[in-house]
Amino acid sequence: MCLAIPARVVELLPDETARVEVGGVRKECSLALVDGVAVGDYVVLHVGYAIQRLDAAEAERTLALFAEAGLAA
Amino acid sequence: MKYIDEFRNGATARKLAQAIAREADPGRRYHIMEFCGGHTHAIARYGIADLLPANVRLIHGPGCPVCVLPVGRIDAAIALALEHRAILCSYGDTLRVPASEQLSLMKAKARGADIRMIYAASDCLKIAAGNPGRVVVFFAIGFETTTPPTAVVIQQAERAGAPNFSVFCNHVLTPSAINHILESPEVRAYGTVPLDAFIGPAHVSTIIGSQPYEFFAEEYEKPVVIAGFEPLDVLQAVLMIVRQLNDGRAEVENEFTRAVTREGNAKAKRLVAEVFELRRSFEWRGLGEVPYSALKIKERYRRFDAEARFGIGTRSVPDHKACECGAILRGVKRPEDCKLFATACTPENPMGSCMVSSEGACAAHYSYGRFRSRAA
Amino acid sequence: MKKLDFKRGRIDLTHGAGGRAAAQLVAELFRAQFDNAWLSAANDGACFAVPAGRMVMATDSHVVSPLFFPGGDIGSLSVHGTINDVAMMGAKPLYLAAGFILEEGLPLADLRRVVESMARAARDAGVAIVTGDTKVVEQGSGDGVFVTTTGVGVVPPGVGPSAERAQPGDRVIVSGTLGDHGVAIMSQRENLGFATALESDSAALHGLVEAMLAVAPDIHCLRDPTRGGLATALNELASQSGVGMVIDEAALPIRTEVAGACELLGLDPLYVANEGKLVAICAEEDAARVLAAMRAHPLGRAAAIAGTVVEDARRFVQMETSFGGRRVVDWLVGEQLPRIC
Repeated sequence: MCLAIPARVVELLPDETARVEVGGVRKECSLALVDGVAVGDYVVLHVGYAIQRLDAAEAERTLALFAEAGLAA
Repeated sequence: MKYIDEFRNGATARKLAQAIAREADPGRRYHIMEFCGGHTHAIARYGIADLLPANVRLIHGPGCPVCVLPVGRIDAAIALALEHRAILCSYGDTLRVPASEQLSLMKAKARGADIRMIYAASDCLKIAAGNPGRVVVFFAIGFETTTPPTAVVIQQAERAGAPNFSVFCNHVLTPSAINHILESPEVRAYGTVPLDAFIGPAHVSTIIGSQPYEFFAEEYEKPVVIAGFEPLDVLQAVLMIVRQLNDGRAEVENEFTRAVTREGNAKAKRLVAEVFELRRSFEWRGLGEVPYSALKIKERYRRFDAEARFGIGTRSVPDHKACECGAILRGVKRPEDCKLFATACTPENPMGSCMVSSEGACAAHYSYGRFRSRAA
Repeated sequence: MKKLDFKRGRIDLTHGAGGRAAAQLVAELFRAQFDNAWLSAANDGACFAVPAGRMVMATDSHVVSPLFFPGGDIGSLSVHGTINDVAMMGAKPLYLAAGFILEEGLPLADLRRVVESMARAARDAGVAIVTGDTKVVEQGSGDGVFVTTTGVGVVPPGVGPSAERAQPGDRVIVSGTLGDHGVAIMSQRENLGFATALESDSAALHGLVEAMLAVAPDIHCLRDPTRGGLATALNELASQSGVGMVIDEAALPIRTEVAGACELLGLDPLYVANEGKLVAICAEEDAARVLAAMRAHPLGRAAAIAGTVVEDARRFVQMETSFGGRRVVDWLVGEQLPRIC
């Protein structure tokens, strides 16, 4: 149950909300489900709520894994 | 778009597909079930099936919460709007699902029901606050990804007062769905459906973590690989599954490490546990009654429970006799095996759960794969 | 009679009743803004000479809500929309008629804004609004303003784009970025509150069409992909022509913000409305020339060859995904609604 999108936090707002951005489009969302979010973080956004923070290091690692799979002979 | 585009790279996709083709053992078949609407969509939209070798087959499971919502529950939602004159707030996905008497939420709107499409659960509170003289009901659906926002909203409602607000709760649980499929006679006893492995849902897993799947891997000895939402994630997960099956392993692996941990989102889980509890049983369209598979609102928040407030008793409304959704949801049959597919049952006139939303197996096949006939 | 109060005045039922109030509205607003000899003659209709040739007539009703959005309003939309329908027939648009259904209670300030916008759009396009009508309905019966515009034009000899003329081997060309209008509209709607840098692409396309026909008079099909987006337009053409199409996903021009907005809402840009774009289908040998002519025109800078027409008895529009897979781009089912799932 799944439509969620990685979005960048551009501004923290009162009442546990934030402004996030995807491809130049900005939207407000709730941070009620995730603690410790800072501007510049990426979150996974689902129905107007951040449901998890995206781990940038892990994202890079995953991309490297894809590349590696392609190289193995 | 960062973290989106890189995970859709076509060249990398082809390399991953080649790796799968290389490592898949031509002497066996691989039957992999995914049950995340997002995965069904990605597979269809990017034509992932085209990239896989013929002996690797992807089966669409019951990953679409709209599809598995029983008709009787939609009837009840319509009744709330038409008879109780409530403002009925619903996500877009549910608006067109056909219910009894040729109605849907959309059609009920044409009859004067005040149905409002919302994008976020918090919108409902705004509507409730803006309409103090009216009763406002949130038609809450979804798996574990969508449940925490409902919990947040109910707690916010309690703090704010919100005497005119309530929630018609239809939240369902993913592990129960998997269990039910694996327990179904076809799979357990008769071995009719060779289900070899699962692609675990992406965003449900960000909430529940990878831990709940360990039971399935152990008990049923089937690998589970949790995959991200993007097409490269799905391909990578397929590769990991092929490797597990070749090695004879049955483990839970996590491909979606950038958003899923073993524990998941503890805060979200805690909030859900504060507001909801398990129903003993709940009807799933196409699957029948499934034990401990759905949530209801706890006693403490009873005044926000629309079922209690309005005395909603739902009837079970059976699907058309010829509808094969039950079999399709378990991977026993394919859309084209159903007599109604693309004849009486189309996306414009869906007769069963699999055609109802664009994530359903039949709808996805109709939109994207119909012209292609793949040998099993 | 006191002049119309555009600051605080509102439409009421007398404005549609045909009496003095109605006449005053026509004189002080419509005639004043549209300002031409036909309207000044204050007849029931407008009389004009037409050059020899085949005439084209087209009509469009506009019910957009909200009335005002980034990049336009119902007024400019109604002028552009009908001019474009006439242009898609290969015709030069000459005259427009405008019918208004106004909701009782509509602020005159809003109405004037709409009418000013129509006047400007028509003037910029070199087309006159020569006749019209006004009716008023009771409060609650409309979204403030409904506008119906009808346009006439003349088709030059040797020109005749038509939906059934697409042939296997033809090229499919789009004039620019897809989905801008629909997303701009949705950004205004209450429920979907996000701020983008996006504007509707609403524009009159007859100049672009003229430039294209100048280098290739025998373009087979022209269509503006409005409601239902490019996917709908292509399915309509494929169906009428009895052919299939194969579109290259990587070639489709889509702005990052539109893609982002569609991601956020779970929409497919292929099905989102455009109001200042066209799709052309022409013979393979004409394609390069037509593309160059489009790119040389301000409204066609981002034009691109999107795909090819193929033999297909099933009349499917298919798309080569950036993955090298193929998928069917089917007709829209109902209205596209934002998904969560």
